[in-house]
Amino acid sequence: MPDALINIAGLHKAYQTAAGPFPVLKDVSLSIVAGEFVAIMGHSGSGKSTLMNILGCLDSATTGEYRLTGRNVAQLGKDELAHLRNGTIGFVFQGFNLLQRMTLLDNVALPLIYCGVEREERQVRALDLLSKVGLADKAQSLPNQISGGQQQRVAIARALVNRPSLILADEPTGNLDSHTSAEIMALFESLNRDGITIVLVTHEDDIARYAQRQIHFQDGRIVSDQVTPAKVTS
Amino acid sequence: MTLAMLGEAWRAMGANRLRTLLTMLGMVIGVGAVVLMMSIGQGAQYAIKQSIAAMGSNLFILLSGSSSSGGVRSGSGGGYTLNVADGEAISELPGVAAVAPIHPGSAQVIYGPNNWNTSVIGTTPDYLSARSWNITSGSAFTASDVRSSTRVALIGRTAAQNLFGDEDPVGKTIRIRQSPFLILGTLALKGQGMDGRDQDDTILIPLSTAQRQVFGTQFPGSVRMMMVQTTTQEIMPQVERSMNELLRQRHRIREGMDNDFYLRNLTAAADSAAESTRVMSLLLGAIASVSLLVGGIGIMNIMLVSVTERTREIGIRMAIGARQRDILLQFLLEAIIISVLGCSIGLLLGIGGALLVESLTGTAVIISVSAVLVAFSVAATVGIFFGYYPARKAAQLDPIEALRYQ
Repeated sequence: MPDALINIAGLHKAYQTAAGPFPVLKDVSLSIVAGEFVAIMGHSGSGKSTLMNILGCLDSATTGEYRLTGRNVAQLGKDELAHLRNGTIGFVFQGFNLLQRMTLLDNVALPLIYCGVEREERQVRALDLLSKVGLADKAQSLPNQISGGQQQRVAIARALVNRPSLILADEPTGNLDSHTSAEIMALFESLNRDGITIVLVTHEDDIARYAQRQIHFQDGRIVSDQVTPAKVTS
Repeated sequence: MTLAMLGEAWRAMGANRLRTLLTMLGMVIGVGAVVLMMSIGQGAQYAIKQSIAAMGSNLFILLSGSSSSGGVRSGSGGGYTLNVADGEAISELPGVAAVAPIHPGSAQVIYGPNNWNTSVIGTTPDYLSARSWNITSGSAFTASDVRSSTRVALIGRTAAQNLFGDEDPVGKTIRIRQSPFLILGTLALKGQGMDGRDQDDTILIPLSTAQRQVFGTQFPGSVRMMMVQTTTQEIMPQVERSMNELLRQRHRIREGMDNDFYLRNLTAAADSAAESTRVMSLLLGAIASVSLLVGGIGIMNIMLVSVTERTREIGIRMAIGARQRDILLQFLLEAIIISVLGCSIGLLLGIGGALLVESLTGTAVIISVSAVLVAFSVAATVGIFFGYYPARKAAQLDPIEALRYQ
């Protein structure tokens, strides 16, 4: 597929343990086109988080090929990988991972420091994103002064601030109640409608239902890859 | 970019003020101690140099040998084995700048209603150049005054104050042991000698006048001591050899017999005093530098703790696009800020302490710009050096591991 955002072919990943190599991903091939909303599902230990780390250029595959926007990630240096994480990928974590010492505004603006955006513009863009997630009035608050759902929205704002083409969300609703989860998923849906590709890792069916496509993992292999049934009817 | 990093480093330090302050304290004490010790050391060196300069540089003292009469031996300088002709011969030697035969003594001096007992030194005009002693007003006596034994005198500051008070001595006539002397000039302030005597409590008169008219001598033209100044310090050993040779020849001392004179190198003695203060201040500086080193290790210690504590933060930063060098810079900047701030405070305290020592004890203290610069740059280097290892450790963390860190 020529215009695939993510293209994985024959990917293997094994961790070195005392008892020899332990395979986590076995011959995974996958293609995600720009604009898709994909849920990767599986039990813990199924390899979905490892895949996520590889997709996010935090980890590298043992063998196999991973192309992001057409570039072979294995051939990139550390700085180029950092640059991809900075500009092409936005991370959303289960535990929010905001820096506790910083105001929400500074948290959202942080990725912009690493690509050399001037202070004025950093502030403007961060504030813009904060208002997009409905937290502009809390710009000067610290993370521990707001709720978990709000923190996750800040984290999403941070993921978006450098206008990425791909959002990787690892169990983004894992620490949230169902009502807040629904809000966060609605936010992802609206981002997806704006054309941002979203890859979401979850083990909850009702969260996965927001995605257009569900990929199930088991023991490091893809066992199913299908369009979300609900989406077919709607 | 660096500016933003600087802000972040500042904020990180502010988040743990007490710890930052304590870390800084190591640098403060280190730099403060170095600056204080160097100031005091340099002050001491300066004081020594001043007294050496007051004594005159590149000086030999030539003393006549001992005399013995009836089994009683005088000490060195007791006999009159040196004479003016020896002096003239010595002054012909290469490398000799000035030769001043000296006939020292003390006498009661009278001016008007005042009288004062002071040191009266009979010598030649060379004495002034040998001791680098200037005339502040009037003029010096000349070689012709020495030849014709005129009754003229140069007066030191202390003697002048005691005899004349606020009056200008130049052109006035004083009486030394009843003989009238015309004061030609006043001598510049010289201060305390190396032995603690007041060098300004003196009157200089021509050698021949001293010998013939003031003190009287059994051997006119013979003296107990001479000052010999060489042109440079390097040439002193050579001059010493040739002077020895010359005098042995002139005094007809045969091979294997003892000299009838003593030659002392004053500059060498003074230099050793200067050397010992130099070593002393070096030692003080070295001890102080140890505290600087300890301060640097303190920085490394705290930065290592800080890196471990903030492992998760490092992981987050890496996940959102920080390069290794960004993380390195962040932690290095923290170390640099701590050490530079610590240095600055230490500098102020060191300078303040030095000034306090000066005002409390009256010891000369010199705060030289170079010492301050050296202390500052060494301290900053120490901070950067010890900050680099923890910063590199932070930069080389594996992002996944770091993100998992609890």
